[in-house]
Amino acid sequence: MASTVHCSIVSAELEIFSGMVEMVVASGTMGELGLFPGHTPLLSGVKPGPVRLRLAGGEEEIFFASGGYIEVQPMSITILADTAIRADDIDEAAAVEAQQKAERELADNRADIDFGRVSADLAEQAAMLRTIRKFREQR
Amino acid sequence: MANAKELRKQIGSIKNTQKITSAMEMVAASKMRKAQERMSRGRPYSDHIRAVIGHVANSSPEYRHQFMAEREVKRVGYIIVTTDKGLCGGLNVNLLKAALKDIKVWVDQGVEVDLCLIGNKGAQFFRSYGGNVIAASSHVSENPAMSDLIGSIKVMLDAFESGKVDKIILANNVFKNTMTQVPTLRQLVPLDAIKEEGVSAHRWDYIYEPDARELIEGLITRFIESQVYQAVVENVACEQAAKMIAMKSATDNAGDLVDELQLIMNNARQAAITQELSEIVSGAAAV
Repeated sequence: MASTVHCSIVSAELEIFSGMVEMVVASGTMGELGLFPGHTPLLSGVKPGPVRLRLAGGEEEIFFASGGYIEVQPMSITILADTAIRADDIDEAAAVEAQQKAERELADNRADIDFGRVSADLAEQAAMLRTIRKFREQR
Repeated sequence: MANAKELRKQIGSIKNTQKITSAMEMVAASKMRKAQERMSRGRPYSDHIRAVIGHVANSSPEYRHQFMAEREVKRVGYIIVTTDKGLCGGLNVNLLKAALKDIKVWVDQGVEVDLCLIGNKGAQFFRSYGGNVIAASSHVSENPAMSDLIGSIKVMLDAFESGKVDKIILANNVFKNTMTQVPTLRQLVPLDAIKEEGVSAHRWDYIYEPDARELIEGLITRFIESQVYQAVVENVACEQAAKMIAMKSATDNAGDLVDELQLIMNNARQAAITQELSEIVSGAAAV
């Protein structure tokens, strides 16, 4: 059996995952992070995007994290997400709609919109859709 | 012998009180359920972030935030979270007692103490007790928003940054279960290092992506926010639980009191009847 590391994903609202995993793939601010047991200590920001876990036993699970922090210790990996959601719980229609709304708002180019907020929104929705697509591929 | 009419009135008024307390018990019970749920949802995040911060404080990072540096303590800041309303048993008293005990240790060492109070009860207490209150906020709702709290916390953090305060301690009740709430004091800044197995004891540092300073600052802000938020949410759950228990025992006591008075009243009534009868009988015998 492959070696495992304890991983927990918590968001401000709930603990979404806690258990032993063989590998974690997360999107850090500097790019994709592939983390195996015994990784050197690492502290990184997390971009909105999918978090892929290979559970002990080889099964895979995909989550969506909308930004936050990841802390890696040789024996444990902790993802402190702002919000996190299981990939199969994502409401695709709502995500598409929110993305289109954000795009429209940007296209309108009016002075009164908060440009930073809307583009952050857009990035988040796009990342969520990316997560769903990855989840589909896997199945 | 007590007057039966007076007793009846007294029983009536106690029964009314009992109705009120039992209604308050039920209100507290339903509010507690919601508050407890909110609290348990937030707990993993605040626990994990505390663990992460503990690791960070334990490491020897390339960038040392000023919140990480221990310095000589000349002035301690306390953030004390109490409830807004009373009628919740010894909840606030126990917390304030624990806080005062801790404060006294500092004062005996010649260290001055600043206070930041969240909740009405603490503010009332320190108004009469005396103490250097630098910030207070009350009327925090049952579902507090971070923005409501951050104002008074900021005063404390600014005081730390400018060097006026050298240590900040957070005091709140921690919810164990419905019957037990534990007054807890925890050091907020400078960050408390946690010694833990699996994390090496010798000097080590993280790899930072992208930048140590940015990451640690963000993480620390998140940490303080989540700790204070969790303290307040936890306090709300404690308040409702304590209130429920207090009101339940008030209702029970009222019941006991009614039983007792009922007995006295029945005795008085019976005595009156006996007396009347014997008067009639002796009157008839005299004729």
